[in-house]
Amino acid sequence: MSDQRATLADWAKPNPVTDNRSGLIGKAVDRYDGPAKVTGTAAYAFEVETPSPALYGILVTSRIAKGRITAVDTASAEAAPGVRLVWTHLNIPETFADPEGKVGFAKTHFPLFRDDRVRFFAEPVGLVVADTFENAVAAAQLVGFTYEVEGPATSMDTALDQGEIPTGDPDLEMGDFEAAFAASPVRVDGIWRTPVINHCQMEPHATVAWWEGDVCVTHTSTQVLKRSQVYVSSTLGIPQDKVRVFARYIGGGFGGKVMNHWDLILAPLAARALSQPVKITFTRHQMFHATVHRPGVTQEVRLGANPDGRLTAISMMTWSHCDSAGVFTEPASRFARNLYAAPVRRMGLRRVRLDLPPPGPLRSPGEAPGMMSLECAMDELAEQLGMDPVELRIRNEPESDPETGKPFSTRQLVRCMREGAQRFGWDRRAPVPGQVRDGRWLVGMGMAAAVRGSAILPAKAGMGVDADGVVTLSQAMTDIGTGSYTILQQIAAETMGVPLEQVSVNIGLSDLPPAPGSGGQFGAVTAGSAALAAGMSLRKALAQLAAEDPDSPLHGGPAEAATFQDGMIAIGNRSERLSALVSRAAPDGVYREAASGPAADQGAWDRRSYGAQFAEVGVDTVTGEVRVRRMLGVYAAGRILNAKTARSQLTGGMIWGVGAALTEGNYPDPRYGSFVSQDLASYLAPTHADIGELEAIMLDEEDPKANPLGAKGVGELGIAGSPAAIVNAVHNACGLRVRDYPVTPDKVLAHWKSNPLPLAARGRGVR
Amino acid sequence: MSTTIEVNGQARTLDLDPRTTLLDALREHLGLKGSKKGCDHGQCGACTVLLNGVRVNACLSLAVACDGDKVTTIEGIGQPGNLHPLQKAFVTEDALQCGYCTPGQICSALGMLEEVRAGWPSQVTDDLGAPIPLSAAEIRERMSGNICRCSAYPQILAAIEDYAGDAA
Repeated sequence: MSDQRATLADWAKPNPVTDNRSGLIGKAVDRYDGPAKVTGTAAYAFEVETPSPALYGILVTSRIAKGRITAVDTASAEAAPGVRLVWTHLNIPETFADPEGKVGFAKTHFPLFRDDRVRFFAEPVGLVVADTFENAVAAAQLVGFTYEVEGPATSMDTALDQGEIPTGDPDLEMGDFEAAFAASPVRVDGIWRTPVINHCQMEPHATVAWWEGDVCVTHTSTQVLKRSQVYVSSTLGIPQDKVRVFARYIGGGFGGKVMNHWDLILAPLAARALSQPVKITFTRHQMFHATVHRPGVTQEVRLGANPDGRLTAISMMTWSHCDSAGVFTEPASRFARNLYAAPVRRMGLRRVRLDLPPPGPLRSPGEAPGMMSLECAMDELAEQLGMDPVELRIRNEPESDPETGKPFSTRQLVRCMREGAQRFGWDRRAPVPGQVRDGRWLVGMGMAAAVRGSAILPAKAGMGVDADGVVTLSQAMTDIGTGSYTILQQIAAETMGVPLEQVSVNIGLSDLPPAPGSGGQFGAVTAGSAALAAGMSLRKALAQLAAEDPDSPLHGGPAEAATFQDGMIAIGNRSERLSALVSRAAPDGVYREAASGPAADQGAWDRRSYGAQFAEVGVDTVTGEVRVRRMLGVYAAGRILNAKTARSQLTGGMIWGVGAALTEGNYPDPRYGSFVSQDLASYLAPTHADIGELEAIMLDEEDPKANPLGAKGVGELGIAGSPAAIVNAVHNACGLRVRDYPVTPDKVLAHWKSNPLPLAARGRGVR
Repeated sequence: MSTTIEVNGQARTLDLDPRTTLLDALREHLGLKGSKKGCDHGQCGACTVLLNGVRVNACLSLAVACDGDKVTTIEGIGQPGNLHPLQKAFVTEDALQCGYCTPGQICSALGMLEEVRAGWPSQVTDDLGAPIPLSAAEIRERMSGNICRCSAYPQILAAIEDYAGDAA
């Protein structure tokens, strides 16, 4: 593949995906991996067959958040039945401390049990490997650690002034904010807080590892195969091509499996020491501390406006917590740089060091928590102005990126809001809170905008066709439930002009052409663009093969005129089956790899997906419970590759919004530096009964400046703004403004106490 | 301890550590990995199987206590190429994403429908004397022991409704 980067002009040319002759692109095709998943035959990491029986590893985690290990007693554990190995910092063969000292999100080494320091609660400090799961669990409880305890710092609010500006992320200052804000006739000035959010992927992190000679084979639960491969090779100090990372099926990622954890390094190490496969899984309790989480975010939003609703000044400063050595910062202010027009702007991020477990990315980092404040502040502003919240947003719609002046590739935010308002029945919303009563429930409506970036990253893919005409797409890509298998199948089929059943998708292995995996809603467009490129390369090779083959009916024809449809290759009115051509002229099959990535001139455009979120809630006047009655999201996210899987991504994100608005959150226990919720019974992720009527609508859109597919990301868009729509609906229902998420009944009941229902609202059965 | 369990219609005798859960007996001893371990504490429902026709969390059941019992796992419900109608409905409605909770959702739904048929009330059942309608509210309430973090809840509801409607 040449190094020459594509340009937007190249992307603007028709290609098989944009032509969509067979109509497979965008079609609501059933999930490729559906039958394997509904029958339980899809093998996730811990379930993979090992070449010989595997041993079971259990992590031993610290019971303090900060301090020193002063003594370790492993004698009882070592003597316990079936135990093969007990490792702590005193006897681990190597700690693999990073020479550059990098840890956390940016690390390439994964140091193990480095020293006697404990850095956060439930940090893995030991490993027990035994012959059975039961023996390993029992022995892990026998490892004794004695600690010298130091008091952990756990409160961000008392440490806001110590916030660091993250490297490479300086504040944005356009104009004199304080002066412009002070001069604004209408102002909103508030602090919002969003708590720690845990990923709670249904499949805990797990790795199975064994060695085949000097090759390390791992099956792990990861979103990013290449990154996992680099971790293992650079930590263990072995060449990358001696590390094979498999992740054929992943039981949820949501950003938390972009990072790897102790299991991925300890399993190969223990397998090498014991000459036997080793499998390690995190327990559900360990998932809450020893992986990553979305940090708590304190958000200061200040909006100044004219009486006509136009913003004169906007400021959003956010603080998020990070562990002592980490580098992750929740970019909660970043989206606000782009969303609304205002001549004077100030945005900044601060990182506050606490003795909490390391934070990391979680579904829509930045937008998800950040829109929970700004989009509520906009609702407060609309209320002050006596203006409809949709109208207020339309009035502040920028013509180009308000910071850089770059034109938008596509931006249909206004259309999303208008269409959403019309479909949702927004005109039935009572402008004054507390007016709509349904039995013991007060009912209200709220809305919010949604935005999320849509990047394309460099990737490669391989496409081949065999003598039976079966097209195989190969890529070190993952499907964490997002639909990668399916959209790659569709793109391969459409590009090669074969039916879906004739396509095999080979992903989930690091040996294959590299892709950046799943995350940041770049996965589908990045992997898919590379698949298209590989397909174009394969088409060219096949056309040449046919044109040069004297036995082909296409012989002598102009190869560049070849077309591919219905399993046939054709030049003009001459055609033959792909299987006939390949079985005759290249019986071993034809395979080509190609690369894709950002266009050279793409940076001149601002490219994002947009949406509008609408929610109707009921607030129980007796218990203070909030229930989402119905939700609607209207989205503009470029070409939709699969109407079915995209919709699932969007509604899934909206439901995460329900959790963030109403039930989810974790809180540091100042005594121990632990999180209070440590299991799925006390951490309240949404369940079936929490979810009512919910719809996601996708507007027709193509964005040829985003990538050659014209598609944009949908995986994270649904969670952006949806919590704010719900909280705004709570206000519309009962007049309560909650700035400390989530809106739990105690906050509503406290509101009833100081704000009795207006008499006029009592017993008025409007619905 | 020697334990015999009829799994998917076949008697299986195992020599088990009495601490082994039914879930680990299935997954680690019988190679039936379709039942998933999401929490190992009865909080997520991913391990749901049918024990003598009734849905249970296999992670909360000790295998030796199931001696002589009949267990149906997802592997016994349908196979690729021979999908049970409910499995087919899950695929058609896209009632899954990562798929890790899916076997548990399907087993749970089958158990749940039997409970409704048998007249077991739920928290949302209005009239304890009347036949229980298979309403969306009933399905949502009764399926709430099965967490789907991908949040395919609306599609799971649709799949169960499709299946129950066809089966009725």
